[in-house]
Amino acid sequence: MTALPFAVRLGNDLVHVEDVARSIGAFGQRYLRRVYAPAELGTCWSAADGWSVDRLAARFAAKEAVIKALRPTGGVDHRSIEVRQAADGAPHVHLTGAIAARAAELGLADSSLSLSHDGAYATAVFLAVTAPDAPCSQHGHIQTLHPVEHQRNDQ
Amino acid sequence: MTMHEQIRDVLARHGKLTRGIDEFVDGESLYSAGLTSHACVNVMLALEDEFDIEFPERMLKRSTFDSIGNLAAALGDLLEPVG
Repeated sequence: MTALPFAVRLGNDLVHVEDVARSIGAFGQRYLRRVYAPAELGTCWSAADGWSVDRLAARFAAKEAVIKALRPTGGVDHRSIEVRQAADGAPHVHLTGAIAARAAELGLADSSLSLSHDGAYATAVFLAVTAPDAPCSQHGHIQTLHPVEHQRNDQ
Repeated sequence: MTMHEQIRDVLARHGKLTRGIDEFVDGESLYSAGLTSHACVNVMLALEDEFDIEFPERMLKRSTFDSIGNLAAALGDLLEPVG
């Protein structure tokens, strides 16, 4: 088997949408401004409909998915993991602060983010492509992909 | 109320734990009893209200919220008089 010149890390998270609604009810702006970047709050608010709680929940799931994938050893402010959207609507993350430093430490070269919400739940999956020799954290695990060796049966 | 009692009260209200808070010993894992990452945010905000403090980024990690004992240690650090 030949090791590929990169490693991948995967994180996912599932959030109960109602939990986000309860947090807004209990803590209001303090919750919103402590967890979400200003641009995310702008994306999830409309004057006509108020807060899009399912979109906020999906963004919280994205932040946790990034943390699970990159496994920082220190603390992380949720606002330093910001979900942004490309012109075509595809989401991606913009990292700052300690989590950006962790990404650099791992040699993060590329990533992909998927968000989904339906009814009571919102979910996110984050895939990170890192340097092949990125250090493992105490709790983390890096899986280096290897091409599957197929037995030829066409003889 | 003592600090530990205040922490237990906050966890009972915001931790979404699967068991009554009185059943936990200080070192027991709260994550193993249903504490979610989102519930941690509520616990953090409620503790900040309760103790009039703000958790710095260095403490916003899983281990800080993993047990009543860890939370008490973190709060003790934040409440310790400077100088």
